[in-house]
Amino acid sequence: MIKRVVADYPLALLALLLTAYGVAMVYSAGQTDAQVVVDMNAWQRQLMWLGAGLVMAYVVSRASVRFLEWVAVPAYTLSIVLLLITLAFGTGAGTAKSMSGWLTIGGVRLGQPSELAKIAVVLMLARLFAGRREAPKSLVDLIVPAVAVLVPWLLVMAQPDLGTGMVFVGIFFGMMFWAGTSWPLLLLVASPAVSLILAFSTGLWGAWFLLLVALVLWFKPYVVEGVVLIVANVVMGVAAPVLWDNLKPHQQSRILVFIDPQQDPQRTGYHVIQSQIAIGSGGLTGRGYLEGTQKQGAFLPAQTTDFIFAVLGEELGFLGVSAALTLFLFLFLRVIRVAARANDGFSSLVAFGLLASWFVHVVVNVGMTLNLMPITGIPLPFFSYGGSFMLSCWLAVGILVRVSAEGRGEADALPIGLRR
Amino acid sequence: MSFHPNDIQRRGVAATAAILVAMTALGSAFFRAQVLDDAAYRLSSERNRLRQVPLPAARGVIYDRHGEIIAENVPGYSVSILGASADSLRSTLVALTRILPLSEGEVNRAVQRFRKDPNRPTVILSDASYDQVAVLEEHRVEFPSLIIQSAPKRYYPDGPAVAAFTGYTGQIRDTELGTEAFEGYKSGQEIGRSGLERQYEAELRGREGSRFVEVDARGRVVRDGADRDFDAPVSGQVLKTNIDLDLQRFIANYLGDTLAAGVVAIEPKTGAVLALHSSPSFDPNRFIGGIQQEYWDELNADKVRLPLYNKAMQGLYPPASTFKLATAALALQDGLVDFDSRMPRPCTGGYVYGSRSWGCWDKGGHGAVTLSEAIAKSCDVYFYQLGLRMSLSRLLAGGVSLKMGERSGIDLPSEVKPLWPASTAYLDSTFGRGNWSNGETLNLSIGQGKNSQTVLNMARFYTALATDGFAATPEVVARSPERTQILKLTPAQFAGLRAAMGDVVSGRGTAGSAAIDGVQLAGKTGTAQNETSRDHAWFVGMAPQDDPTIVVAVMLWQGEHGYAAARIASKIISHFFKRPAIEPANVVGN
Repeated sequence: MIKRVVADYPLALLALLLTAYGVAMVYSAGQTDAQVVVDMNAWQRQLMWLGAGLVMAYVVSRASVRFLEWVAVPAYTLSIVLLLITLAFGTGAGTAKSMSGWLTIGGVRLGQPSELAKIAVVLMLARLFAGRREAPKSLVDLIVPAVAVLVPWLLVMAQPDLGTGMVFVGIFFGMMFWAGTSWPLLLLVASPAVSLILAFSTGLWGAWFLLLVALVLWFKPYVVEGVVLIVANVVMGVAAPVLWDNLKPHQQSRILVFIDPQQDPQRTGYHVIQSQIAIGSGGLTGRGYLEGTQKQGAFLPAQTTDFIFAVLGEELGFLGVSAALTLFLFLFLRVIRVAARANDGFSSLVAFGLLASWFVHVVVNVGMTLNLMPITGIPLPFFSYGGSFMLSCWLAVGILVRVSAEGRGEADALPIGLRR
Repeated sequence: MSFHPNDIQRRGVAATAAILVAMTALGSAFFRAQVLDDAAYRLSSERNRLRQVPLPAARGVIYDRHGEIIAENVPGYSVSILGASADSLRSTLVALTRILPLSEGEVNRAVQRFRKDPNRPTVILSDASYDQVAVLEEHRVEFPSLIIQSAPKRYYPDGPAVAAFTGYTGQIRDTELGTEAFEGYKSGQEIGRSGLERQYEAELRGREGSRFVEVDARGRVVRDGADRDFDAPVSGQVLKTNIDLDLQRFIANYLGDTLAAGVVAIEPKTGAVLALHSSPSFDPNRFIGGIQQEYWDELNADKVRLPLYNKAMQGLYPPASTFKLATAALALQDGLVDFDSRMPRPCTGGYVYGSRSWGCWDKGGHGAVTLSEAIAKSCDVYFYQLGLRMSLSRLLAGGVSLKMGERSGIDLPSEVKPLWPASTAYLDSTFGRGNWSNGETLNLSIGQGKNSQTVLNMARFYTALATDGFAATPEVVARSPERTQILKLTPAQFAGLRAAMGDVVSGRGTAGSAAIDGVQLAGKTGTAQNETSRDHAWFVGMAPQDDPTIVVAVMLWQGEHGYAAARIASKIISHFFKRPAIEPANVVGN
């Protein structure tokens, strides 16, 4: 069935470089003076997971895109089932102790089903969008994909895992965009969320509402759609304070701390402040590999996982940060190229969906270390220590390698009938 | 979906642009934090990681006049804890109670101290014993935030013998921290609590040094910051005193712990305090590093002899007959009498004034005595008449000019101000106008009545008699000797007064048993009437009579007769001159 696959070497190399960089940082993050619970041997297990990830990527790269298209529905269904099980029996871990994101059987943590769900949702959305002849033209066209995202999104948010929820939203908007949805429509879809945020300032919300009305008039959707949208925005604007009151105190404080970390420097703001201090004190060239004092003293929270980038910033400085961001940038651009050159809509959408997922991870995680984003407990691809995440990242790499190879005609894809 | 290559191309460009913008924005945020604001974050990082551990300075050594050590420092240990938060400090302290006897109150106080200055290690034990340190070192791994370091500990080799003027040190109290009087002090520091330690605190304390230790997020010490600048503490300044430690020791030993007495020895020409002692004494060494409650209770339990009460400068006692020299000197100065003058009425053991009879201590009577004889025999009747001759207002004004109502001005804290009526207005306010009679003159002229003096102030007054009318301000630390003229008499008159005082310590006087072989001791006894208990014995003397180099004042609490105090003074002075005292041959009364 499969004769040859010529890997997308630049893509694979970028992913390998990032992972190597990441393992080096996980190793450093485990080297502390503090007698606190920092996982000293995380890097060894990370290497083990990388091995497993490489094997998985290789296997997946042997599987045709058509297989992925076929597997989308079972994978999606499995994800939903696993998320349901997790919600019922899951346990927390690490910085996310209060959440139940881990699937645990007999005390053994098997992994985080939400990692699988991200890829399954990408495959599912790709199937749904690619199955249509035309780009979504109206809100009605978006209902089915929206529901496909909404179900796992609600299950993840119920854990509650705000970070993964954000990733789903990023995937959804990224793939809507790649499927050809027009800008005004995207904006309209996003508008209730914007209303929700702006509702805390009446003036801002008013301005946004006027803009929305103008957009609706200009875009001229169906009347029902327009009305639904306007109503949704008003409802969101009104509901925001109510929702706020219903948030748990730690969720409220996370948002408040995002606005001003100094308001509670000893508790909630502590993580952000310590991370900023670590990064800022790194300077241009850093304190030196393994030499970060914020890291050594365990001032950094979750330094092998969520705040691994703060370790990098402290020890390798702006140059190290630039190198990492540049590697990510090249990886992203390479994936855009893969998506653009894919054989068919499904492949292309899968590639772009995976890109969107990575992009949200990177922007939110890296932004969080400098308080540009709220702390949501979202890991950094290829860097953060974690088995399921490493596997899912390399699973994505495997898929992309396959899509790339098929796009270049360097893999013996099955029926190329869908190619236009 | 729209999958035309042109559409894909367009979206690819848009996506590329969006990603570029986002990554550039992230990059610039890092540029700002890491390159532009680097220094500020670096500082925060250092502050996070490094904790300043104070290195206590050794207090200045206190020497006596011959260079012997009165107060020094010996190696001790202090135990403190670096707390990350009040809660973690509290849990560490509670865990420590397993191996250290810490009360709940001590834990609470430590947490309070931490709250006041969270960046400073909270001192748990300022003077830990070797045993405690050994136990703590054993459990070091369990308590990584513990800082055990050597700290100089105050030590007084002669302990109780010098306590009356050295005072002692103690940890600054939480209530004192942050007040104006204790500006610049930090929690856990030792400060002078009394005596020289308090008076010369600014010179003795030195300057605290510091070192840095590296801590982790929980405040545990992970490394001693050897790579950092080490700020060595600066020892306090050396204090050279006028004290003659040998004499001081002799006095303390001689009085022992059973007698209650106050003793002052002064060099009359300079005011140099050779010795100052209050008996019974306390051991200031047991006050260092926090006084043990049981010792404190023990000291306070002696309600009769009051070990913590300085009888040389805090106790006020009627000077009794030792004051007769003041009456005599003032009368001489006014030209009212000379040494051969006799009073109109000879002493018959009493004197009738007003409606009552005023007794002399010798009911047998002294007969018609001269001033010299009246001093030697301490004849009350003579001084009654002399006081009346002077008049009350002149006597009161004279006492003021002799500074009987002022502190001696010694360089020690908590000297009590003597009591002397500045004018008759004082008597009015004390007894009520019209409720006192001229009989007060009689009382005051023999050192009774509204007159209470410290031993120290009487010694100061006698330095004027020992010289040329200039009283020397007592000084423990040799700085700037100060003398004030309080009497204007001729050298012959001073010699005459000293000769009369010499007769006191002779077969003719009240303290013949106090004579010293080879050194002419001159002085005056006093027996202070005490309404509630036995009389207090006084003696203020000087030697050698012709040109005194030492003035000694002794007040023996409930000593009953002045000669008892005179014998103590005699022992002290004979020790000072290395001369044997003459054993009492015949005992004469007051």
